[in-house]
Order: sequence, then structure tokens, then C-alpha cells
Amino acid sequence: MGTVILLALTGLGLAALYFLVASGLSLVFGLADVLNFAHGLFLGVGAYGTWWAAGNLPGAGPDGFGFVFAVAFGVAAGTLVAILVELVLIRPLYSRTIEQVLVTVGLSLAGVALLQATWGADARPFPRPDWTRQVTGILGAQVPNGGLLLIIAAVLVLGAILAFLRWTRYGLVIRAGVENREMVTALGIDVRKAFTLVFAIGGAAAALAGALGGVYFGTVSPGQGSSLLIFAFIVVVIGGMGSVVGSAYAAVVVGLVQQFVNYYGTSGLGDICVVGLLAVVLLLRPQGIAGKVATA
Amino acid sequence: MTLLDVTPAPAPAAPRPGLAHRVRPFLPLVALVVLAILPYSTISLPGIFEGPVNSPGTLQLLAICLIFGGLAAGYDLLFGRTGMLSFGHALYFAAGVYGTDILITRAGLPLWQAALLTITGGTILAALLGAVALRTVGIAFAMVTLAFAQVGAILVARDFGGLTGGEEGLPLDVSGLPAGLVGVTNTVNLYWLALAYLTLVVFVVHRVSGSPTGRVLAGLRDDERRIGVLGLDPYRYKLVAFTLAGGLASTGGVVYVLIVGGASPHITSSELTLSLLVMVVLGGPGTRWGPVLGGVLYMYLDHRLTAFGTSDAVDNLPAVLSHPLSQPLFVLGTVFILAVYFFPGGLTSLAPRLTHLTRALKPQNTPR
Repeated sequence: MGTVILLALTGLGLAALYFLVASGLSLVFGLADVLNFAHGLFLGVGAYGTWWAAGNLPGAGPDGFGFVFAVAFGVAAGTLVAILVELVLIRPLYSRTIEQVLVTVGLSLAGVALLQATWGADARPFPRPDWTRQVTGILGAQVPNGGLLLIIAAVLVLGAILAFLRWTRYGLVIRAGVENREMVTALGIDVRKAFTLVFAIGGAAAALAGALGGVYFGTVSPGQGSSLLIFAFIVVVIGGMGSVVGSAYAAVVVGLVQQFVNYYGTSGLGDICVVGLLAVVLLLRPQGIAGKVATA
Repeated sequence: MTLLDVTPAPAPAAPRPGLAHRVRPFLPLVALVVLAILPYSTISLPGIFEGPVNSPGTLQLLAICLIFGGLAAGYDLLFGRTGMLSFGHALYFAAGVYGTDILITRAGLPLWQAALLTITGGTILAALLGAVALRTVGIAFAMVTLAFAQVGAILVARDFGGLTGGEEGLPLDVSGLPAGLVGVTNTVNLYWLALAYLTLVVFVVHRVSGSPTGRVLAGLRDDERRIGVLGLDPYRYKLVAFTLAGGLASTGGVVYVLIVGGASPHITSSELTLSLLVMVVLGGPGTRWGPVLGGVLYMYLDHRLTAFGTSDAVDNLPAVLSHPLSQPLFVLGTVFILAVYFFPGGLTSLAPRLTHLTRALKPQNTPR
């Protein structure tokens, strides 16, 4: 029983990480039709920003309030990069989907190389508060605190995004834009502001994923983002593009499947099952669990 | 005809086709011959290659460049000519590399059997996965192919059954290979093999795109619904292109494993597909020579920029500049982004653009 609970909770931790990355991807894709390969870069910026702040910024550190400050710095850096990318690189190319994908591909290559050039290709130990290294006993399972932190953060982010989408004016614009962008434009609303906004939200969530993922894994390396990104893509497709709630469901399914199959089957089999799941979902329900039809 | 009784004005003498025009159709042949006899020259081009052209190191670099020229041309069959954005092309290349390597090293088959089995297997794999992936279109198709390729990467990295050697890769067991393909002195044969592969790919892609099927593919790229309305099945044509490109990629893998002498897991990564995309876009998608040029140039730069990055000229720069410049991917990624913005047609579109530019800048010498 203890093993099952442990696997479930670590699986949920993984799901939380996927959700943080996928929610932004899904919103950006749903609203602006941009398949954002540079999303892994935002994650990397968040992770390295936190790591750098904890070591160099006065007032920030690996413990207590200093750690919160460091994470805030990392998230701010990720958000800033996301906004800059949208304004400078993506905006001139709107409605040219392929070119946008190409630019984000180039950006992901160049950005990761830049991180690597600045801080080296090797994984660096990540500063983390002592309590995240310990475990908490839940129903007889010893669950690492880093994973619990991720789950709590993801639930908070999910709540915040949903509240934002439901109860604010910009949230309304974004929801309407995902549904039918032409109509929103025709009503005289500048939907491009909403694009910048979803990029900022996505960048912030991804940067948070980078920072907390660093805590969870204990290290930070330039390639971390791109390996997570592929599973985040899978989560987005399974969940349905443009649906935050769908991403949350899909992230939970993917995280749990991966964790359980990897434990009870061979290591690596879980990852393959996830791709199998993707194929099944696409064949049976191409629009994903809860999204608009994932075509074109 | 109303012009019957009008004496035809003396037709302006048809402009004699210039020498450049008459030679043009033969240029690829000339290039092929030059490339084929290149290993006989001992010229050394300092700064471009280390050592003379016919040194094994240079020939190996050239052979790899040629392979990737061929791969990019094969990928262009999907991206540039049919408009399919696949992010999983590395899978079929890797299938070629690892298939050959495993069949030779682990199963002890002779090269020709291993190559035949691998190419057949790679083509069947492409057909099967394409049949599933092509049920989606556009961005969803890109993601599905990406996910399939990721399975390949996981299979190789996790080393199921101890076949692939995991992270360390699998060195090729050369004891059963033909003697002409083994050893540093025989690099030239591998170079010719790579050249033959490139020629094959260019020939196949050229023939396909000139055939009625090729015209349907171009139609799919421009307007898929229209092809459907015309009564043709887009799914089938796309599957044909996908399978053919997969088969060509696994053939390239067979040659690549011979040149490099082993398989390493980085060729299964999605980064390889992304770089294929970069090659095609840099060279000029949908053109005959653009992707080849892009592939050759990209691989050359990828190798040479590493040397350039560690050279004194770069090391003496301040750290802010020298560190990014020592990363080939940073330079190539930046060039790629600039290319998407400023010359969307790739390298091959530069020539006509430059002609326009020079014509505009040339002083008008007509008397006023």
C-alpha cells in the first residue's frame, strides 16, 4: 500500500511539472496557434535565474525567505524573456504559423546553446531549502517534500489561471479568442495584447516549473527544458489544445501512467506507454480530452 | 486568325542563349565529376580544411556533409514539396544507423544483408508510423511524429535487451565488413559511397517531383482540400511521400554508420530533426539544390565552428562574445532566425535577389 501511495504522489509531482509547462503551451497554442518550441527555454531561464539569484543576489539564498525571493527572481526573468520573445520575434510573424514554429525552433537551439555557453553543459547542484530534501510520512509512504511542493504549486497555479480566465476581462478575451479569434478581432478588441499576456503567463508558469523542478531533481542543466518539453507537448495534445483543465487532467494521467509502469514494468516502458496513449487518443478522439479539434 | 494578311514584322532575332544558359543543364554533372575526382587532388585549403583535401580527416568531414546534404534533400520531400512538417525524421535515420550496426555487430550478418534488411525495415517502419500519424494534419501531425521519434530515442537510450549500448553507443564491428570499407586509408571509398547516396537521393527526389505524383504532392502543399475535391486521396499520396522519405533516410543511416564507424544515441534526438529543418530552410525549401546546399553547409559549419570557437581569434574576445561564439548551435540558431526573417527562400533565393540588386544599382548607360 505504501508503495502505491508513494508512486501515486511522485507521479502527481511529475504531473505537476508537466502541467506547469503544458498549461502555458496549451494557452499559447489555443489562442495564437503558435507551437512554441522555445517554451523549454523559458523553463531553463527560470531554473538558471533562480540558481543565479540564490548565489549572487543580495537577500536571496537557498533558505527560507531568501529562497522565495530567488524563485520570484527566476520567475520574473522567465516572464520577461517570454514577453520579449513574443514582442520582438513572434509578433511580426502572426498568422504565418510555419515561420513562427521555425523561429521558435531556432530560438530553442540558440537559447539552450547560450545557456550552455554561459554556465557550461554539466548539471549544477541546485540550491534548495533543507526541508525539501526530507520526506513526509503520508499513509505509510515516505514522500519527498520537493514533489509535494510541486503539487501544491501546480494546484495554486491551476486555480489562479482558472480564476483569471473566469473572472477578469482579459480572461474573457482570452477564452473568447481561443474559441474564435476572428470574431474577437471583429468586435474591435486588440487580440494581440492577449497574445502577449498568454506568453507572459506561460513563461511565468514554465519558469516556475524550472525553479521547482530544479528543487525536485536537485540539479539544473541546459538540456532539462527540451526533454520535459516533449512530454509537455504530449500532455497538450492529449488534453486538447487551448484547454487548461484538459491539460491538468492529461498531465495527471500521463504522470501516473509513467510512474506506475516505470516501476512495475521495465524502466522506460512508462514513457513508451505514454506515447501509445497519445496515439490511441489521437485515433479515437483527435480533439483531445477537452479541447477544440486539434487540426491545422 | 486576323493576322493572316499582315506581313509578319521581322521577328527580333531570338536572343542566342548565352554560354551560361547552354552550360547550365550540365552543371550538376560537372559538380558530380568534380566531387568524384576531388580525392585525387592534394591541394590544401588552409582555413577551410585542416590538411590537404585528400587527407582522411577532410574526406570524412566531406562524406558526412554529403550524407546530410542527402538527408536534407529527402526531408525536403516532406517539408518543402509536400508541406508536411514532420518532427520525427531522425527516427528513420537512426533506424538505419542502429539497424545496420545491430545486425552486423550483434547478429554477425554480412553487410549487404544487414543493409538490405535495415532499409526494408526502415521503410516499413515509416509506412506503419506514417499510417497512424497522417490521420492528423498540421501541428498535431508535427507533435505525433515528434512523440514517435521520442520513443525511438528512449528505446535506444534505455538499452532494452542490451542491443543498443545505451548512452555509450555501439561501435561497429568491422571484422566482417568488406576490406575496402575498413581503415583510415580507405576513407576515400566511404566518401564515394556518400557521394553515391547523395546522387541517389537527388535523383529520386527529382524524378518524384517531376512525376504526376510529384505534382499531386505540390498540390497538397498548396491546397489540400482542392486535391480532395479533384477526387484524389490526400492520405495515400502523403503516405507515399512519408514512406519514401523514411526509406531514403534509413539508407542514409546505413552509409553514415559505415563512415562514422558506430552509432551514438545523439542521432536519435529530436535535435537532429530540428537541424534537418534548419538545413532545408537555410538552403531553400522546395528547390532542387537548396536543401543539399543547406545540409552540406550546416554540417560543415557545425564541425568547423567548433574549431573556430576554440581558435585564438575568438578566445581573445571578451567572454561575453567568445563563449556564445564557441557554441556552433548558437551561431547556427541565430543565423536561422535571421534567415526566416530576412531571406525566407533560403540560400537559393539569394542569387535572383542579388541579380535584382546589382541591376538596380548598375548605372544606366542609355543616352538621354
